[in-house]
Amino acid sequence: MKNATPLIWRNSADRYHLMGSHCATCNTDYFPERVVCPKCRRKGKIDAKQMPTEGKIYSFTEVHAAPTGFEHETPYYIAIIELPNGVKVLTQLVDSPDEKIKIGAQAKMCFRRIFEEGEEGIIAYGFKFKVV
Amino acid sequence: MRSVSIIGVGLTKFGEHWETSFRELISEAAGRAIADAKIEGKDVQAIFGGCMASGRLIGQEHIGALIADQLGMNPVPSTRVEAACASGGVALRAGIMAVASGTYDVVAVGGIEKMTEVSTEEAATALGGAGDQEWELFNGATFPALYALMARRHMLEYGTTEEQLAACAVKNHKNAVNNEYAQFRKEITVEDVMDSGYIATPLKLLDCSPITDGAATVILCSSDKAKKFCETPVEIISSVQASDSLALCQRQTLTAMRATQEAAKLAYAQAKITPKDVDFAEVHDCFTIAEVLATEDLGFFPKGKGGKAAQDGETALNAKVSINTSGGLKGKGHPVGATGVAQAAEATLQLQQRAGKRQVSDAEIGLTHNVGGSGATCTIHVYKRL
Repeated sequence: MKNATPLIWRNSADRYHLMGSHCATCNTDYFPERVVCPKCRRKGKIDAKQMPTEGKIYSFTEVHAAPTGFEHETPYYIAIIELPNGVKVLTQLVDSPDEKIKIGAQAKMCFRRIFEEGEEGIIAYGFKFKVV
Repeated sequence: MRSVSIIGVGLTKFGEHWETSFRELISEAAGRAIADAKIEGKDVQAIFGGCMASGRLIGQEHIGALIADQLGMNPVPSTRVEAACASGGVALRAGIMAVASGTYDVVAVGGIEKMTEVSTEEAATALGGAGDQEWELFNGATFPALYALMARRHMLEYGTTEEQLAACAVKNHKNAVNNEYAQFRKEITVEDVMDSGYIATPLKLLDCSPITDGAATVILCSSDKAKKFCETPVEIISSVQASDSLALCQRQTLTAMRATQEAAKLAYAQAKITPKDVDFAEVHDCFTIAEVLATEDLGFFPKGKGGKAAQDGETALNAKVSINTSGGLKGKGHPVGATGVAQAAEATLQLQQRAGKRQVSDAEIGLTHNVGGSGATCTIHVYKRL
């Protein structure tokens, strides 16, 4: 990824704190944040909402061929975490022993470096998850 | 709406074409299709071209104009269509609607991707744009990783095995041997797949479709005029497209593609057939798990049984339903923008009894299934002889 500075800066609340959205009309949570509730559309009332920061591994994979920017981390785990409010989040899974990485295992959010844009570029931070 | 038929097809060889440029590839495929349809360039009234990532892969946008220009067809309108790996299928549908509406009688639909101009890592990163850039790719997901997440759930929920997934790749390579346009005309074994090294667990190198250069073109004509040009036109009896969430993790399930299921329902209703009537299908096997999901979501096998069906040979040539007779994306290659159009070309060749050693006997009804991203776009087309 190149020239991602606005992207990294813009979403800091979501990426640092797992801030998402809540629609008061249908009482549904969303992550990442949405402008329009896909269920209620015009009738939706969307506000910012903190997502739960602990959930269960829904699915996972160990990535051996990385995209540009993640080469030095290979192999690393990518997982989908299902939060108690039903929201699913795609994230890296770190600091977790291989034998504990299973579907259904409890995992919690942690704050980590995601990638950096070369030696002089900006560093992107955000959430990852680890098995508890 | 008017009925629409295919009157000619043209393909380039799929593979690594370091010696051939983007413009040469699309010109070659289009030239062959025009010759196959026995029309002249001046008969083509509009062009629709499917292409996913020419900007990222060769630094060239505005390829609608490029195609018309290279084919000597100015000032005919020429439009690029993009829907990730479903760009070809969506371009086909745009062409069909342009003819069905009565706007044009003859339309050329092309699909192309030139993927080996950049490194494999750069190509993979460009392909990643088919997913959710801000919330999947940003966090280190790759396309194999997204499909691996689906495979892991399918294995958990239905007991699908890595060997069953491998069976899809083995069968598709076997079919590709008999396709002169295929990238890999070489048989592989289940052991080869199992030993090929993990890309994203549980998917291995030979579960994944390759990086490919290639182009495909089909010529569409209103069915009432098709026999003026072609003795054996192939009628498109349904053309359907559906959408789903861009990000994989926002789907209700990872073990079915809702866009495929919804599109299939509509496609079968439009064609007035059931899955049992389909003799052969080109399905979007960008990864082996994708073929399993497709054969289930299209209704050929019950949910959870797609892997076993592949392992039991039910998807082989002339078995219960012949899946990916061309070799599929795995064996034939996957120049992403070209794939949906190449699938239509295979359906046409099969129904015209021109598929040679990979010919499906008594082929009456064919189906093509093209997916964009991890399932956010799906097109389905159904074909029969006019």
